[in-house]
Amino acid sequence: MTLVLEARDLVLRYPGASANAVDGLSLAVREGLCFGLLGPNGAGKTTTVEIMEGIKTPDSGAVLYRGAPLGPDFRERSGIQFQETALQEKLTVRELLRLFGSLYPRTLPIEELVKLCDLGEFLDRDSEKLSGGQRQRVLLAIALVNDPDVVFLDEPTTGLDPQARRNFWGLVRLIKSRGKTLLLTTHYMEEAYELCDEVAIVDRGRVIAQGEPDNLLKKHFDGVTIELPKADFRTGASPLPGKVVERDGTMEIMTAEVDAALASLTAAGASLARVKVRARTLEDLFLELTGRELRE
Amino acid sequence: MSSAKRLWAVFVARNKEFLRDRGALAWNLMFPLFVVFGMAFAFNGNNQEVFKIGVDGAVASLPPGFAATKYLKFVPFDDQAQAQARLRHHQIDLLVKPGEPLSYWINESSPKGYLAERILLGTDAATPPPVRGEVTGREIRYVDWLVSGLLGMNMMFSALFGVGYAIVRYRKNGVLKRLKATPLKAVEFLTAQILSRMVLLMAVFAIVYHGSDLFLHYERLGSLASLYLIYTLGGFCLVSLGLLIAARATSEELAGGLLNLLSWPMMFLSGVWFSLEGAPRPLRLFADVFPLTHMIDAARAVMTEGATLSQVSGHLAILAAMTAVFLAIGSWSFRWE
Repeated sequence: MTLVLEARDLVLRYPGASANAVDGLSLAVREGLCFGLLGPNGAGKTTTVEIMEGIKTPDSGAVLYRGAPLGPDFRERSGIQFQETALQEKLTVRELLRLFGSLYPRTLPIEELVKLCDLGEFLDRDSEKLSGGQRQRVLLAIALVNDPDVVFLDEPTTGLDPQARRNFWGLVRLIKSRGKTLLLTTHYMEEAYELCDEVAIVDRGRVIAQGEPDNLLKKHFDGVTIELPKADFRTGASPLPGKVVERDGTMEIMTAEVDAALASLTAAGASLARVKVRARTLEDLFLELTGRELRE
Repeated sequence: MSSAKRLWAVFVARNKEFLRDRGALAWNLMFPLFVVFGMAFAFNGNNQEVFKIGVDGAVASLPPGFAATKYLKFVPFDDQAQAQARLRHHQIDLLVKPGEPLSYWINESSPKGYLAERILLGTDAATPPPVRGEVTGREIRYVDWLVSGLLGMNMMFSALFGVGYAIVRYRKNGVLKRLKATPLKAVEFLTAQILSRMVLLMAVFAIVYHGSDLFLHYERLGSLASLYLIYTLGGFCLVSLGLLIAARATSEELAGGLLNLLSWPMMFLSGVWFSLEGAPRPLRLFADVFPLTHMIDAARAVMTEGATLSQVSGHLAILAAMTAVFLAIGSWSFRWE
């Protein structure tokens, strides 16, 4: 499949910082897919996408768009939703779409953007008077105003309530169905799992794992997680089959042998009244790979 | 073509944003009108209790009786034409030239001039009979003098804060970063900001000047077109200065501090409220670094002395040079982020 975007050995250090914000990071984004950059706050996700958007210049390394270095026309081919952007005050949503539309040579008709991002309800409302979810939809519409080939979404659902987040996911799927290539950053593992065809887990400016979400989980884990409140946990003479960690007063047993583990717990006198057995998630994977929580 | 389209779109958006901000709009219009009318009212009565006698020559060579009269203030002049201009506009009440016989000039339309003449003729200056001359001209009131400064000061605040502060706020909240990600070029964005603010400055200028003129009937001696040209150039220079301050600042506190640091000395040292003519030379030289000084000096010369553009061309050249420097450095050092 065609590579749309490629980052090669990106390095960027902010003036005065003691470590590189992006530290030799490489990744490749294939056409028509949604690629997710995952990681905790401060992992270097935003810096990485901003380099790939052509907004920031790396200290070393290169970004290629369809095999060639980013040129001035990349602005016309890409659409960006930044993490934190204010909208010009006192303008209505329609006026904002018109303003951004007139900055590009080729644009989608406003009616189409309105339909695509479901803006009909508040099209003539002052941009200052929008809810969080509505704002994000307007920012998405602005990112799509030039009918871009690649769409960058930097933590688009941070701060939204669960309903608004699911609503936004629907829009992202719709855009993907129109053949756009997407690069999304998020620190919600669930979001990455829902939307992304491929993810790269980023920590301290480096990619520490990359692949399709299901394959990644399969590769690193077999089995499930058994959760038990610490007060109910006991260990006996025979060791538990699997790895045990304590997290926030809960004991987590990661194991491929559920039956044996549960039997061993019962034998040791542990109570199973509050036990939970669940599949492993990207969240667990991050913890496994870094030894740190995602949202610390 | 597409460049003009982008520039126009940003210009229109900025205008809408400003016009819909009712508070800022009202402030921009009401503040200068309040000050003009307030000052006109406060300085309405001519409360001066002394007579100002211009002396063309040395005060010491005046007849001693006349020179010793109480409540006369003698102001020496080197230049007869300048002294006559002052007399014409009631800035002095009488002009005398010591000699044998003594000569004096009065303004027929000045009541204080009439009294000053009676005083003169009641002292030893009456012998031998002095030679009488006359000038005519309407009184230049304080408000005629002040209005040039007030219009300039208002323009300065609106230009510096309206451009400087707005761009820094845009930078801080990410609006600039969003625009950077589009094909919009920095020069297009900056030109749109300048144009938008210039239209506003000149509209406010026209409304405030002509609006207050309806009630105060300014005594303007020079041409209105010259006045407009001076304020357009001066406004452009101040907008460019605002742009320079905003070129890189990322915090509104820093930008606000810098803008205050610039605007306060200008407000007091550029001759808005009082003339710097009698001020110490170093202070006058210092005041010359401010664009507002040149703008007000030129406008006031047109307003109260009937100066032509070529007579104030020195000020205009300095304003144009300052504008070029501010614009060059401002757009060269401009950063979206």
